[in-house]
Amino acid sequence: MGELRLMKGNEVIAEAAIRCGCDGYFGYPITPQSEVMETLMARKPWEETGMVVVQAESEVAAINMVYGGAGCGKKVMTSSSSPGISLKQEGITYIAGAELPCLVVNVVRGGPGLGTIQPAQSDYFQAVKGGGHGDYKLIVLAPNSVQEMNDFVDLGFELAFKYLNPVMILSDGIIGQMMEKVELSDIKPRMTDEYIAKNHGSWATTGKPGSRNRNIITSLELDSAKQEKFNHKLQAKYAKIQEDEVRFDTYKAEDADYLIVAYGSSSRISKKAVELARAKGIKVGLIRPITLFPFPVKELNGFAKKVKGMLTVEMSAGQMIEDVKLAVECSIPVEHFGRYGGMIPSPDEIVAALEQKIIGG
Amino acid sequence: MDVKDIIKEENLVYKKSAIITDNTMHYCPGCTHGTVHKVVAEVIEEMGIQDKTIGVSPVGCSVLAYNYLDIDWQQAAHGRAPAVATAINRLYPEKYVFAYQGDGDLASIGCAEIIHACNRGENITVIFINNAIYGMTGGQMAPTTLEGMKTATTPYGRDVKLAGYPLKITELIAQLPGTCLVTRESAESAVAVRKLKKMIRKAFENTGKKKGTSFIEVVSTCNSGWKLSPVESNTWMKENMFPFYPLGTMKDI
Ligand SMILES: Cc1ncc(C[n+]2csc(CCOP(=O)(O)OP(=O)(O)O)c2C)c(N)n1
Ligand SMILES: [Mg+2]
Repeated sequence: MGELRLMKGNEVIAEAAIRCGCDGYFGYPITPQSEVMETLMARKPWEETGMVVVQAESEVAAINMVYGGAGCGKKVMTSSSSPGISLKQEGITYIAGAELPCLVVNVVRGGPGLGTIQPAQSDYFQAVKGGGHGDYKLIVLAPNSVQEMNDFVDLGFELAFKYLNPVMILSDGIIGQMMEKVELSDIKPRMTDEYIAKNHGSWATTGKPGSRNRNIITSLELDSAKQEKFNHKLQAKYAKIQEDEVRFDTYKAEDADYLIVAYGSSSRISKKAVELARAKGIKVGLIRPITLFPFPVKELNGFAKKVKGMLTVEMSAGQMIEDVKLAVECSIPVEHFGRYGGMIPSPDEIVAALEQKIIGG
Repeated sequence: MDVKDIIKEENLVYKKSAIITDNTMHYCPGCTHGTVHKVVAEVIEEMGIQDKTIGVSPVGCSVLAYNYLDIDWQQAAHGRAPAVATAINRLYPEKYVFAYQGDGDLASIGCAEIIHACNRGENITVIFINNAIYGMTGGQMAPTTLEGMKTATTPYGRDVKLAGYPLKITELIAQLPGTCLVTRESAESAVAVRKLKKMIRKAFENTGKKKGTSFIEVVSTCNSGWKLSPVESNTWMKENMFPFYPLGTMKDI
């Protein structure tokens, strides 16, 4: 059993980064995630593990620092909230295009624009459908607890290095700010230079020894035929991720007549809604996508054969619902219930929406 | 005597640096980029730091610099080379990290990144090619374009009422306590190239001594963008660029 602590989701991101052997964090303050960098600066990991922490001049600079660090074969990350993540899109698409591993945490707040500092899930499209330019995908992990904020840092880096692809933890202001009991991960040492040379030496810029060709980190290819071929390679990688990395969770879904589909904070609230509905005699279950890309397409499609309808619950005007509809191929009714702009749905509202939009409909 | 009798090891007075690859350069004849590449390569070779050097190329004509110098490279997004170099330097403090940037890249879109990297005193070398134009995109106005100078987006000459004033960013950077060497050089003659090489060497040595940011502007030509021959470009540069961008070292500590 690891060390138990009572911590905020944001604080745990920092703690987990240090413990998993992260080499560098580059960030810029924004509510509701500023505790990530504040915790790191207070912890001074450079004295403990040698991890570098830099407060950059902007999110644009921070994500380009991540590019530079990732290009060195190091474990590097950044975190921000919605407006800052918009600024990071340039760097994120370059990182995807250069096939570099990194971790980006988005503690989502309501928008559009400066919006609100309150929690939301309105960045689903941006996270899952690209966000920046070009045909690329992030691996997107959606935690619904402080424990998962901890666990997904290490998992995120593991997936990032496995696929040489940026990974996003798509959290929200509730999980970032709330305190829960968390079992911290064991401490992993940082990668040594020898490890990097052995495992990432074929691409990382570490200074060119006589024994190998020069390594070049770039996303540029002026020859269209080669660029198309490279895109095919990326698509094959995404297909493999879709095949192998789907993660999801269910709650009382086996005997359900109806399913709620929700991720992150909404899934916590929806769990309570399932209990309320069941107390009323309605057989409802919950499916919680943990990976938003890869989305649990097959799994949802399977459930569509067993249930009469699905309700997506999101703190947005309805974004994930598009993927749910595609997954069930319109074989059953799929409706959306959302509160947004920083408002949080209540379990009662969810049950009422279920009765009105799915059962009554 | 046959030419073969002359091409012998003992008669060698100059040769291409081993750091320069055999790839054909895409630069226009007369372009300053190629000359500066050569000088950087020679310094790396002479200092024996090929295995410790990581270059960061910009977006601009020198985006493909990685094809020409046989070292590890990262190609940065437009203007972001100083941020990329910051992370490489922080994560590998014993390496020689340099950013190579044009005037649009460094002084326009990347203004924040260069000012803050220099202000943090990142232990890097910055080589800044000021050709007063956006060479790569076809000759549009750069922040350093001179007043009255014609470009694709200032077809009647740069009107400072419309487009503001040419930016002397190097003077700004010299004010920042994080910099240890700030100098403005050129590369149009053998003498200038020798001086430039001395400064680039000094910059890399500063990096080795962890002295902070070394910043070298090279007042350059873009004969294609300027629509002049290489020879005319050099003359135009001397007559128009040098008075506004005076050569010389602003800071050396
Ligand atoms: C975000 C972004 N904006 C614009 C461009 C288009 N672009 C490419 S190079 C360039 C200007 C380069 O000029 P400079 O930095 O002076 O370099 P030079 O080509 O003159 O050496 C621009 C605007 C781009 N690639 N990316
Ligand atoms: Mg230029």
